[in-house]
Amino acid sequence: MNLKNLGRTARRNLVTYSMVIAAYIIIQVLAAMDLLSNSLSGQLIPICAYVIMAVSLNLTVGVLGELSLGHAGFMSVGAFSSAFFSVAVGDALPTPVTLVLAFAIGMIAAGVFGVLIGIPVLRLQGDYLAIVTLAFGEIIKNLLNAFYIGVDSTGFHVSMKDATALKMDETGRIIIKGAQGITGVNRMSTFTIGFVLVVLTLIIVLNLIKSRTGRAIMSIRDNRIAAESVGINVTKYKLIAFTVSAALAGLAGSLYAHSLATVVAKKFDYNTSILILVFVVVGGMGNIRGSVIAAAVLTVLPELLRSFADYRMLVYAIVLILMMLFKQSPQIKNFCRGIGERLRLGSLFHRRKAENSSSGKEG
Amino acid sequence: MKKFLSLVLAGCMALSLAACGSSSSSTANSTSTVDGSASTGTGTTAAIKIGGIGPLTGTAATYGQAVRNGAEIAIAEINAKGGMQYEFEFQDDEGDAEKAVNAYNNLKDWGMQALMGTVTSTPCIAVAADAVEDNMFLLTPSGSAEDCIANPNAFRMCFSDPEQGELSAEYIAENGLATKIAIIYDSSDVYSTGIHDAFVTKAAEVGLEVVCDEQFTSDSNKDFSAQVSKAQSSGAELLFLPIYYNEASLILTRMDAVGYDPIVFGCDGMDGLVTVENFDTSLAEGVMLMTPFTAAATDDMTVAFVTAYEEAYGEAPNQFAADAYDAIYAIDAAITAAGVTADMDYSAICDALMTSMTEIELDGLTGKAITWDASGAPTKTPAVYVIENGIYVAA
Repeated sequence: MNLKNLGRTARRNLVTYSMVIAAYIIIQVLAAMDLLSNSLSGQLIPICAYVIMAVSLNLTVGVLGELSLGHAGFMSVGAFSSAFFSVAVGDALPTPVTLVLAFAIGMIAAGVFGVLIGIPVLRLQGDYLAIVTLAFGEIIKNLLNAFYIGVDSTGFHVSMKDATALKMDETGRIIIKGAQGITGVNRMSTFTIGFVLVVLTLIIVLNLIKSRTGRAIMSIRDNRIAAESVGINVTKYKLIAFTVSAALAGLAGSLYAHSLATVVAKKFDYNTSILILVFVVVGGMGNIRGSVIAAAVLTVLPELLRSFADYRMLVYAIVLILMMLFKQSPQIKNFCRGIGERLRLGSLFHRRKAENSSSGKEG
Repeated sequence: MKKFLSLVLAGCMALSLAACGSSSSSTANSTSTVDGSASTGTGTTAAIKIGGIGPLTGTAATYGQAVRNGAEIAIAEINAKGGMQYEFEFQDDEGDAEKAVNAYNNLKDWGMQALMGTVTSTPCIAVAADAVEDNMFLLTPSGSAEDCIANPNAFRMCFSDPEQGELSAEYIAENGLATKIAIIYDSSDVYSTGIHDAFVTKAAEVGLEVVCDEQFTSDSNKDFSAQVSKAQSSGAELLFLPIYYNEASLILTRMDAVGYDPIVFGCDGMDGLVTVENFDTSLAEGVMLMTPFTAAATDDMTVAFVTAYEEAYGEAPNQFAADAYDAIYAIDAAITAAGVTADMDYSAICDALMTSMTEIELDGLTGKAITWDASGAPTKTPAVYVIENGIYVAA
């Protein structure tokens, strides 16, 4: 394969894939050499989950151009449905089968919610859409907080009141316990599974962007009226982007739920939605590679700052602000571009230079 | 000017990155601060490293801070005696399961040999799953959900939520306080629903009649007029409030406005009622609460603890601080009984402590002659207090 013959986008995507694979290999080598701290190895699965979240939200925010403030809601749907499945199944199926089914269920459930919420919400635009997604995120959280589901010899029992209202016989066990969520989740997630899912997410999102559908979605972002005038079905393409984004968030939720012994609805609140949005904004809207890096760095950062003790979150906020300032600073941009160009080789360098001067846009 | 600014900013960033990058030096720092504040005795013998996890930031921060403070006082006292020496390091989990696991792994990197934590239930369940895999000894001061101590290596200092509900129902029935009970509880809160569910089940067994069972959620905890009027019209003689003191103060204010005056009975979450700002504390008169600890108690041990706590932190300790204080003493007692030394690894220490925890008997702030069984739950008697003239009097 000759790099020169690949298109600009393909080359950029190749860098993204290689970066993720390289990171995986480095971590595995470090782990094999026993050089990985407990602190970092414990964060690997959450990092994968947040990377998937950031990439999927970038599809809505960066590619579709609609601000969504309820992305954690889809994550919670995926987390709860998959964890519910794996807890209900227990040891009845072999672990890999349970795992694949649970993740598929999490993804499908979140996708279905994406469609259901997308149909009314995507009629709105801009600020209105943002506020309604925020409300939906909170609604999902509060609904999950109120559900009690148990299983006994006669089947499933559902209640919205309390555990005693389930009226189960003595074989009964409660799976979802209202505000206490689901406990006793089988911790099946591993870093390798997380890595595979991250690559899968990248394949789905990057190919979607590159496809005809992706171009239609971006045309809606850039100019809705013009897109409509050339016959693009705006609602359909918006819904496609929104649903894929929701389904991937469900996948991230499934991965996350199976990395901890307990899932509670409270975790997937407004703050988590904003956190994911911060990853996307810091990484750059529409920049998938940026989302991956930002999600990984900003997940590890609070842990690295533990030595600041009480001032940890303050320092975190300051570092975040500095990052944004630096990203916007023209000097820094030029500096990075200069380094990038010096590193580039021969013909590639010339070609890139020509492209840069014609488009004037850094990818 | 711009160049200068960016230089300064770059300097700041480089500094902050450098500071967080070197984890080995940072742990050394934190250890030495703990040494400086905690160990006043002989510093020559090797110390056993005890980790603590709890929320220092976020909505539950007061609990985590109280636990850290209480534990630090206990560590300082034990180290001052000159026997077994301890180092204590407390990490923030923001009340979140994921962050708690991060904090746990961070403490493992520090070299933790036993864990006193975590403070709240959900993070505790998540950490317990890791702790049982590693075989790390875990004693939670205040994780009151049942699942916290499901594993054999996990023990608890406080009552569980269901236990509080059952003990309350038993106490009310045995002392003949009332037969018709009304309940108002927070259905979005694990603590409140845990007590409520067990109370309702036990009430039926001991012959109490729940005539009114009303709920609210953390999103609707400002106006209680509907719940109070339902409780009033149900003719209940006793209002059971398994909730925290802030909501309780609003309910009491509302009850006063409509002239409803039943016996009010609460659990340990009610501790703090008389300190609520802008609350007419005369309304709290006659409120009964079942709590294992109160700063108003007059025994020598409590007085000494409260004095030391107020001197160090400028506020009165709450039940979480007392639980943590007792938890550290329990670990110390178990370590002494098992003959654990500082050079043992955490798995060996855990094996030793799992046996010795069931053999010790602790006279602590939150109960006398506390014992543990293999399930990890403590056996202690709760005390019931009545608020009279703004102070707690044993009922």
